[in-house]
Amino acid sequence: MIGSIALLNLSWQQRRKLTGLLFVTPTVAFVTVFFIIPLLMTAYMSLHDWPLFGERAFTGLENYQELSKDRQYLKSLDFTFRYTALVTPPIFILGFILASLVRHNIRYIGIFRTIFFLPVVIGLGVSSLLWVWMVDDRIGIFNKILLDLNLVPKAQLFLGRPNTAMNVIILSVVWKTVGFTMILLLAGLQAIPDELYESAEVDGAGYFRKLFYITLPLMRRTIALALVLSVIGSVLSFDQFYIMTRGGPRNSTISIVFWIFNNSFTYFKMGYGAAMSIVLLGILVALTGLQLYVLREKE
Amino acid sequence: MSATALDAQAKRSQQEIRRLRRRALLTLRYVVLVIVAILFLFPIFWSFINSIKLPAEAVAVPPTYLPTEISFENYEELTTYGKIGIAQHVYNSTVVALITVAGSIVLSTLGGYGFARFNFPGKNVLFIMVLSTLMIPFQSILIPLFVMIVQVDLHDTLFGLALVYITFQLPFGIFLMRNSFLAVPHEIEESALLDGCSSLSILYRLMLRLVLPGIVTVAIYAFINSWNEFLAALIFMSDQDKFTLPVFLTTIRYGIWGDVNWGALQAGVIVSIIPSLAIFLALQRYYMDGLMGGAVKN
Repeated sequence: MIGSIALLNLSWQQRRKLTGLLFVTPTVAFVTVFFIIPLLMTAYMSLHDWPLFGERAFTGLENYQELSKDRQYLKSLDFTFRYTALVTPPIFILGFILASLVRHNIRYIGIFRTIFFLPVVIGLGVSSLLWVWMVDDRIGIFNKILLDLNLVPKAQLFLGRPNTAMNVIILSVVWKTVGFTMILLLAGLQAIPDELYESAEVDGAGYFRKLFYITLPLMRRTIALALVLSVIGSVLSFDQFYIMTRGGPRNSTISIVFWIFNNSFTYFKMGYGAAMSIVLLGILVALTGLQLYVLREKE
Repeated sequence: MSATALDAQAKRSQQEIRRLRRRALLTLRYVVLVIVAILFLFPIFWSFINSIKLPAEAVAVPPTYLPTEISFENYEELTTYGKIGIAQHVYNSTVVALITVAGSIVLSTLGGYGFARFNFPGKNVLFIMVLSTLMIPFQSILIPLFVMIVQVDLHDTLFGLALVYITFQLPFGIFLMRNSFLAVPHEIEESALLDGCSSLSILYRLMLRLVLPGIVTVAIYAFINSWNEFLAALIFMSDQDKFTLPVFLTTIRYGIWGDVNWGALQAGVIVSIIPSLAIFLALQRYYMDGLMGGAVKN
């Protein structure tokens, strides 16, 4: 009652302000409770020895010092960056080729765009389950086809060796995500006016001249966006390793997020996991910063 | 023949050659497109083929190409798999997805409207705060989220997981809905405001219909992302009964005492792919709007 009487005494403008604030309150509360506070807590926890149950103790920077001596952690960092470096080019190049293929609005092109994009809406977890089965040495279709075509002498344990495991995972991730890059690049391609190409053709420019002097320079921003989004996704990858290789063989495919997961939710060293999360966050903020910088440049 | 006639003829045949070349290139383009499309569809198609083999044939070594007999036994086995059966997990995933969709719609609409149409102190700071969370990967805050959720006894609950998913959806949802509201001309609400309608009834009676495409987009993303999410679902649920579909499927992949039921796994893969694919195919335009909206956000 008192509240509503007080409300009546406010001017119309003051009431608008209050209403606006009320509209955004639930959202702001959610973001505060589930994003801002956890973020601060991650930093706080990283300075503690924090088991799931039992005593927690302030340990200062000890977790961070331990990080520099954790060989598996360093291996995971190395693996994650190597994976990112290996998976990004095929996603980008194939994405670009697909975008060029579906660029013009020829008949039925919508169907092809949809087909190439379909795997994007399948979960990475589920697609990993699909691929782990396709490349199985005993019942997988890959080995069956390779054997029937006499391309291999005997069934290959693709996920059993670090190199082939990496290649198989890259193949599966390219299938799953390339449609996303394709659509981003398609938008960039279509924004380039046709007249530019026409006048270049009049001047006798061939495919590669047009590619390097018109297409790529004009798509700089889109390309940067596609690359950064793809890199961020790869740095954060977990599902494919957890499901397809379980980190093996010999712990060779444990990504950063995987190692954070193991420490925090298998060994319940949550303070230690938090310290790793802070490092991960640092990497991600740097990448996003790079993204903003590259995108801002031309405006 | 005069020189000009010869010229004209040469020009015609040149045009003819150019037309033929263009047609050949177009045909080549379609050939490449069809081949690539087959490669892209193959994994899904292959999974489906195996899901309708007899269970014994689905685990045959070496595998067969085509089923000798079409059977839905793999799907039947799923209904009793691991004692609980797939129905419970479909239910879990559906409930989490629906709560996530509802929560994301309500919060994004209210927030988007507030940020787009009102001026209040601290508005910019709050908006930047909400958007800046787009830069924070949820993977880096899962540990405190887990501690918090355990603290309030929401772990192993579908609601708790949905709360986390709603949060993941919010920055994108707010951004998209704010833009949707900004695109509505001011004049439309002004007359209603002069008539003394309350802000809430303007939103409800007038604006909702106009920003419906945005709402549909938010809903699709909320559904598909929640339906597909794996890591958080793995962490927040330890009770088998509460596993969402992707986590349940991993338990099949790891098998019972090392014995993997591959036929059932592929049936499960098909079951979990269908809802996302159906929603995407039915509402593709809205999905792409969101992709572009999200992509140009910067």
